[in-house]
Amino acid sequence: MHRVEDIEIELLLEALYRRYHYDFRHYSRASIKRRLRQALKHLGYENFSALQDGVLHDPAVLPQLLDYLTVQVSEMFRDPSYWRALREKVIPHLRTYPSLKVWVAGCSGGEELYSFVILFREEGLEARTLFYATDINPEALATASRGVYSLDRIKSFTANHQEAGGKSSLSDYYSADYGNAVLDQSLRDRVVFSDHSLVTDAVFAEMQLISCRNVLIYFDRQFQDRATGLFSDALSRNGFLGLGSKESLRFSTHADAFSPFVPEEKIYQRRNA
Amino acid sequence: MSRAVEAIVMGASAGAVEALSAILPALPEGFALPVLVVVHVPPGRTNALVPLFGAKCRLPVREAEDKAPIEGGAIYFAPADYHMLVETDRTLGLSDDPPVLHSRPSIDVLFESAADAYGPALAGVVLTGANADGAAGLKALAEAGGLAFVEDPAGAHVPAMPQAALDACPTATPARLTELASLLIALGSR
Repeated sequence: MHRVEDIEIELLLEALYRRYHYDFRHYSRASIKRRLRQALKHLGYENFSALQDGVLHDPAVLPQLLDYLTVQVSEMFRDPSYWRALREKVIPHLRTYPSLKVWVAGCSGGEELYSFVILFREEGLEARTLFYATDINPEALATASRGVYSLDRIKSFTANHQEAGGKSSLSDYYSADYGNAVLDQSLRDRVVFSDHSLVTDAVFAEMQLISCRNVLIYFDRQFQDRATGLFSDALSRNGFLGLGSKESLRFSTHADAFSPFVPEEKIYQRRNA
Repeated sequence: MSRAVEAIVMGASAGAVEALSAILPALPEGFALPVLVVVHVPPGRTNALVPLFGAKCRLPVREAEDKAPIEGGAIYFAPADYHMLVETDRTLGLSDDPPVLHSRPSIDVLFESAADAYGPALAGVVLTGANADGAAGLKALAEAGGLAFVEDPAGAHVPAMPQAALDACPTATPARLTELASLLIALGSR
């Protein structure tokens, strides 16, 4: 019974790739399987073959399926110690650059992106910085660029921000509107939102800082290598890479291109090559 | 019970430390199987269970790392705030997918992925706890042919979780902590 399901899942992922060029074939299979099972249940298909039929023939199915396969829920200033390390250890280096590019890779709903913009504004670096926020899911990019979050999430965002050494009040950056917190438009002034895949697209600019948190855990080693190779190519000399708290470059073939900068926060620095 | 079991999965919630202390330190040197453990712990950077059990156990105790090969005779704890999964190539995976039944790490997520990876070569144990996490996972494990155990709800610190698992998976064997330790030792001794 399990064998048939595995075959169906492989065929479905192949169909997604061949039809739409979304490549989930080298995602961590256990996670993708779990997400696909949820999609199957909620979208009301009998089995993965039927879902594959839907994906190939009904254009409305793709965005629904993508939501199950890609969307992550994050928080502003999630893992405050990461943001504190950026503020105290990375920012002093970035100050020495006349202009900066920061890439939030896999930005999902934008929580981390806006955390960066606020951090850089507090540190007086926003005006010389361009932020790139990329994701493969157009719906996620639309959510990120709206910058509207449910007010009940703001309490934890605020606590994180303070714990991260925030120099302002988070309430300075949003207005409340019918149960939502609407982020100040000006936070988007220096942001470029773009559709970009870490596994099929190329480098598009030279960065001083890349933050890609809790994305690599969803890739198998082959995709992880592809993505970390991309980061290595995109970073300027001595540029910084921040990963999720349980991610590391230890199993990557590009590990040698980086040295640990704040090891306990998974912040790496590009070596001079 | 002469079947080849290749891995053990365990889940515990309220009362976990006491229950696991009756089992994990009893596993002898030379124990052949990996033991993968999910305990419901509050989100936070450090998982206190690893040093705690590292000091008590004869087997190496580790926090699960993404993509790390699963080694026999080692005990792995899921990190706080991440799900722990097993890939079919017998490596560990982590995810920050939403909590399942309010839990991350989730026992169901571990058990279901391990059942996919190991099929009948898996044994699973649901211990004390106050919710229903692990019930669906234990059912999946049993359906894949694995050996299902629960801590006897009558003796459990908090019976709700093993009882829910037993209700969902009536073929599971209930046993007291000392019996569970002996059963697992027998499975893992060559």
